[in-house]
Amino acid sequence: MPLRRSESTSPGIRPEGLPRLLPADTTVPDGLHEHLARHGFLRYRDGRLHLAAELRAAGLTGRGGAAFPVHRKIEAVADAGGQPFAVANGAESEPAASKDATLLWLAPHLVLDGLQLAAEAVGAQEACLYVHNTQGVRLESALQRALAERWSARIDRVPVRLAWAPPRFLAGQETAMVNLLNGGLALPTFTPPRVFERGVGGAPTLVQNVETLAHIALIARYGARWFRAIGTPAEPGSMLATVRHGDGTVRIVEAAVGTPLRSLLADDLAADAAVGRAQAILAGGYHGTWLAAPDAAGLTLDNAALKAAGASVGAGVLAALPASHCGLAETARVVRYLALESAGQCGPCLNGLPRIAAGLSTLAGLRPGPRVRRDIERWAGLVTGRGACTHPDGSMRFVRSALQVFAAELRHHERGACSASARQPFLPLPPGTPVSDEDWS
Amino acid sequence: MDKHLRVNPIECAGHGACAELLPEMISLDEWGYPLIDPRPVPPALERHARRAVSGCPVLALHLNRRS
Repeated sequence: MPLRRSESTSPGIRPEGLPRLLPADTTVPDGLHEHLARHGFLRYRDGRLHLAAELRAAGLTGRGGAAFPVHRKIEAVADAGGQPFAVANGAESEPAASKDATLLWLAPHLVLDGLQLAAEAVGAQEACLYVHNTQGVRLESALQRALAERWSARIDRVPVRLAWAPPRFLAGQETAMVNLLNGGLALPTFTPPRVFERGVGGAPTLVQNVETLAHIALIARYGARWFRAIGTPAEPGSMLATVRHGDGTVRIVEAAVGTPLRSLLADDLAADAAVGRAQAILAGGYHGTWLAAPDAAGLTLDNAALKAAGASVGAGVLAALPASHCGLAETARVVRYLALESAGQCGPCLNGLPRIAAGLSTLAGLRPGPRVRRDIERWAGLVTGRGACTHPDGSMRFVRSALQVFAAELRHHERGACSASARQPFLPLPPGTPVSDEDWS
Repeated sequence: MDKHLRVNPIECAGHGACAELLPEMISLDEWGYPLIDPRPVPPALERHARRAVSGCPVLALHLNRRS
């Protein structure tokens, strides 16, 4: 049933401060009526590229990991000619991250609003919401219900279909996703062509992370100035982060970009903390970077600050490794997972990652030989920059930072000791790792 | 305009023909996959580079103008 005009055009309450994206007062998902009551009706711009100037003024960058300026991607797709396609990428592959799944669960209509606006901005007539199917039936039926609600309320101008990503680490890579949507396996492909030139069905394809789309939905309503009221001048707005504390608790936090890590990880980074004090912070996820805790304590959650420390915001993961755990063992375990998650298409990644993983598990043991570390460093050099996708480079960023941050622990191991007291793994991995080809479909 | 060699790492199966045909710019890593000089192909080597490109059994090597 279409919404009556009086119901649908209420301006919505402009959210002051945070949170902007997630409903603050509830853990129950917003239905369409709650969503419209909260934010008002969707503001279409009635024309291709009309939203791009607002997004440029807002300074919105992609929240999926690469932080690419959103308006430039929209312009590239709109200018590529032909009939474009738009995709909301909710295939959050990082096992340590769950901000996109949380957003899709609590505020699906914000994401779907953004997808409609992004589709309009590039002139797409079709769109797709691409989500990991590891989160169970609950999310699947909620998203289907949200789409059905919108369609019967005639809010959507462009039909949206749901597509399910296989539970693989690389399934969220743009080219893998396009490959799957084109009827193939979710394996990365060699570029060029880039997906903005030739993607789904051969059409220029706009791919935006689901959180990015939710920001678009708010900027379209409240404007660039509102968006820039928080964040840093270079990186405005807010972002969702998955914060994993040393005591094992996990929080999904919406923070202004540029928030001090010390305030996000107060107990973990406090100088006087007794139990559970962090020795290192993993920033970005498993393609991210380890930071020694004293270094992390002086940093802020934005790419300018993190880049200076060799890290990036990445997939919005902050994990505080407590001093009770061995950083080398944690790294070895994750890199073994990353090696098994290689698509196995490119020689250097196929050969290098398992060797590096084996080397790291030797370093995680006691009295590793002197050659192991040198081998790992040589292999890391051979793997970097030589894959079709970002898997080898991201994995090596993780490995190199571990060798630096846990150098003192490595000297302990060489002398036959490990300073860890806990043997339970800290960083999460998905249960079981599929290995057959069918798992990519 | 400068021309650069680039390998499609998915297609490349490590036959190693490129390194035999253009040793000035291509060597093999310890697993047999090509390590390619990132600098522009000098005009004097362009003919050899083309031969390496057409000599790849799986056509994984490309000579591109960098845009």
